[in-house]
Amino acid sequence: MLKARILENKLSSLYKAGKIVGGVYLGKGQEAVSGCLGAALIQGKDCFAPLIRDQAGRTAFGEPLIDCTRTYLGSVEGPMKGRDGNIHRGRPDKGMPAMISHLGAQVPLIAGMLFAKRLKGVLEGCVGATCVGDGATSTGAFHEGLNMAAVEKLPMVVVIANNQFAYSTPNNRQFACGDLVERARGYGVGGYSVDGTDLMACASVIGEAVKQARLGKGPQMVVANLLRLSGHGEHDDGSYVPDSARAGYYGRDCIEVAIEQLVEGGYASQAKIDAWREEFSEEVQRAVAQAQQEALPDPYLEKWSALSTTFPYISS
Amino acid sequence: MVRPFHNLSLHFIVSVTYIDAIREAQEDLLREDDRVFLYGQDIANFGGAFKATKGLAEAYPNRVFDSPISEDAMIGLAVGAAIEGMRPIVEMQFADFSSIAFNQIVNQAATHFYRTGMPIPLTVRLPSGGTPGSGPFHSQSMEGLYAQYPGLVVVTPATVSDAYYMLIDAAKMNDPVIYCEHKFLYRWLKAKTIKGEHLPIGQARIARPGKHATVVTYSAMVHEAVRAADRLQQDGWEIEVVDLRSVKPLDIDTVLASVARTGRLLAVGEAFPWGGVTAEVVSRVTEEGFHLLDAPPQRLNSRDTPVPYHPKLWAAHRPTPESISEALRKLLSF
Ligand SMILES: Cc1ncc(C[n+]2csc(CCOP(=O)(O)OP(=O)(O)O)c2C)c(N)n1
Ligand SMILES: [Mg+2]
Repeated sequence: MLKARILENKLSSLYKAGKIVGGVYLGKGQEAVSGCLGAALIQGKDCFAPLIRDQAGRTAFGEPLIDCTRTYLGSVEGPMKGRDGNIHRGRPDKGMPAMISHLGAQVPLIAGMLFAKRLKGVLEGCVGATCVGDGATSTGAFHEGLNMAAVEKLPMVVVIANNQFAYSTPNNRQFACGDLVERARGYGVGGYSVDGTDLMACASVIGEAVKQARLGKGPQMVVANLLRLSGHGEHDDGSYVPDSARAGYYGRDCIEVAIEQLVEGGYASQAKIDAWREEFSEEVQRAVAQAQQEALPDPYLEKWSALSTTFPYISS
Repeated sequence: MVRPFHNLSLHFIVSVTYIDAIREAQEDLLREDDRVFLYGQDIANFGGAFKATKGLAEAYPNRVFDSPISEDAMIGLAVGAAIEGMRPIVEMQFADFSSIAFNQIVNQAATHFYRTGMPIPLTVRLPSGGTPGSGPFHSQSMEGLYAQYPGLVVVTPATVSDAYYMLIDAAKMNDPVIYCEHKFLYRWLKAKTIKGEHLPIGQARIARPGKHATVVTYSAMVHEAVRAADRLQQDGWEIEVVDLRSVKPLDIDTVLASVARTGRLLAVGEAFPWGGVTAEVVSRVTEEGFHLLDAPPQRLNSRDTPVPYHPKLWAAHRPTPESISEALRKLLSF
C-alpha cells in the first residue's frame, strides 16, 4: 500500500506537470482495502478485476509498476500499447482483466472467468475478486452479476469500497438501504463490514471473505467504509466533500494508521518503514524514467485492426 | 483611478461558448415550462461533469436531480414521467454510457408512439465525440446507432446557436430526441451571441459555400471540414461544406441541391466507418441524385477500431483537416 501511495503521488505530479494526458484516478485512502484484497489472492491461480482505485491491490496481486507507468505515459511497450490508458489496463492472461469504464461491468466478467474454471475442472481452491465503489452498486451489471454468481455459487469476492461519494453524489442519493451490507442477504451471499481505514481489520475481514469463497461457500460481499482522500480524478478538487466528513473518523489516512499499527504491534520498526519508503521511491522513479524513455505509439506502425482474425478473401 | 479600455475590453472579450448555450437552453426551458425536469449523474449541486447544469439546481431545486449510476433505469424513469405528462431531459455523463440505457431508449422510448399513439417527449443529452486522451469509453459518437432505430430524432449541433436552439426545440418536440453535443466544442467553440441563427430541426445549413465539391458533415467535423476547405482554397478549389445539423431527419434536399452545384460528394463523420450517417448520405445521393455526380461519392470516417487513448493514435483515428483535404484532392482528381 505504501508503494501504491508513492507511485500515485508521482502520477499526480506528472499529471500536474502536463506529462500525462487524459485522466489520473487515485486510490488515496483506499490502499488498505485494495491492498488486503490483492494480497489475499494468489497470482497464477485466482483472478482479480481491479477498478479505478486499486493501485494497491494491483501491486499486491503482482502487477509490475512498469505496467502502470507505461500505460499512463503511453509507452508502446506497455500492456495497452497506448491504445488504452491510465487505469484501463490489465493482463487478462495473468488473471487480471483490463477494466472498461462502464461501472459494474467487471462483476459478471469475474463470474464468467470462474464459471470457465469450473467447466475446465480447475475451479477447486480458486477465487475471483473485484472491487467496486458505492456508486457502482447502482448499476444493473452489479446486480445481475452478483445474483448470477450467487445462483451459480461461484467463489467470488466483491469488495465495495464505500467512500461515501460517487464523483460528487453522496450515499443518500445513491441507495436507500441503511448499510450496503444488508444487501448481501437479498443476494444470498456472505456479507461483511469493515473499517476501510484499518489495515489489520481489512486484512482479517477481507482475508476471511476470500477464505470462505475458497472453501466453496459461494460469493462473499465485503463493504469497506472509508473516505476518498483525493478528488474523483486529479482534475477535481472534491470541494463537494463537506469538511465534517474530512474531519470525521473516516477522514483519517489508512497509511498513517497502518504505520502506527505496524510499529506498535512490533511488525516493523519506524526505521524499516523509512527504508521501505526510500526503496519504493527509487523503484517508482525507475519505472517512470524507463517508461518516459520508451517510444510512443506511431500511427504509421500501428496495426489498425480490432480483430485478431484475418479474412483471406478480404484485403482491407 | 485608471480604468483603461474598460468598455472596449468588455466588448471584445465577452463571448459565449457551446457549453454556455447548452446550459442556458436548459435554464430557459426550466423557466418557461414547469413540466421540464433534468435528471442525471452529478448534475444537481455539482452542476454536471462538464458544468452543463451549473447553478440550475439552486435556481430550480425541485426540478434538477442527481440520479444513481443507473443509466437503464434513468431512461426508464424518464419515459414513465413523459407518459405522465412531464418533459424530462436526461444527461448521460458520457455518450458512451448510454449503451447501458440502449434498451430503454430504443425499445421503450422509440417504439412508444407507434405502438400506443402516445408520443414520448424525452430529450437525452449525449456528451459525444473524442478529445485527446479520452480513450475507448469516453469518446464515442453514437448518432448513427440511434438514427438506425425508428422513432428517434437525432440532432448533432455544430454551432453555438444550434447548441442552444436545437436543445430548446428538442425539448419542445413531442418525440424522443437524442441530442449529441460534442465535448471538443464545449469550451473551444465561441460566438458573440448564443441566439444567432435559428433554423428548424430537419433543415441543413451551408456552412461554407463553394462550387467544386461538397462535403456533407455534422457536429465537430464541420469545423475540421471548413479548415480543409480553407486549405484547398489556396489551390483555387472552392469547397462547399454542408452541416447536416440533424442526422435524423436527414435533409437530403439541401444535400442534393449542393451536389447539383458541385457534382462531387464527400461525406465525413467521426463515428466508426461501418454504415452510419455517412453511408446513409452516400446511398441516398447515389439513389436520388446519381445523374448529378461527376465522380464516385466518397466517405471518410474514423478507423474501424475502438477510439485509441494516446493522442498520437487518436489524431490518426479520426478525420482531420489533413485527411479531409487528402480525400477532397482524390475526389477532385476523378
Ligand atoms: C455506467 C457508468 N456510468 C457513469 C460512469 C461515469 N463515472 C465514472 S466514475 C463515477 C463515480 C463512481 O463512483 P463509485 O462507484 O462510488 O466509485 P469511486 O469513484 O467513489 O471510487 C462515474 C459516475 C461510468 N464510469 N460508468
Ligand atoms: Mg464512491
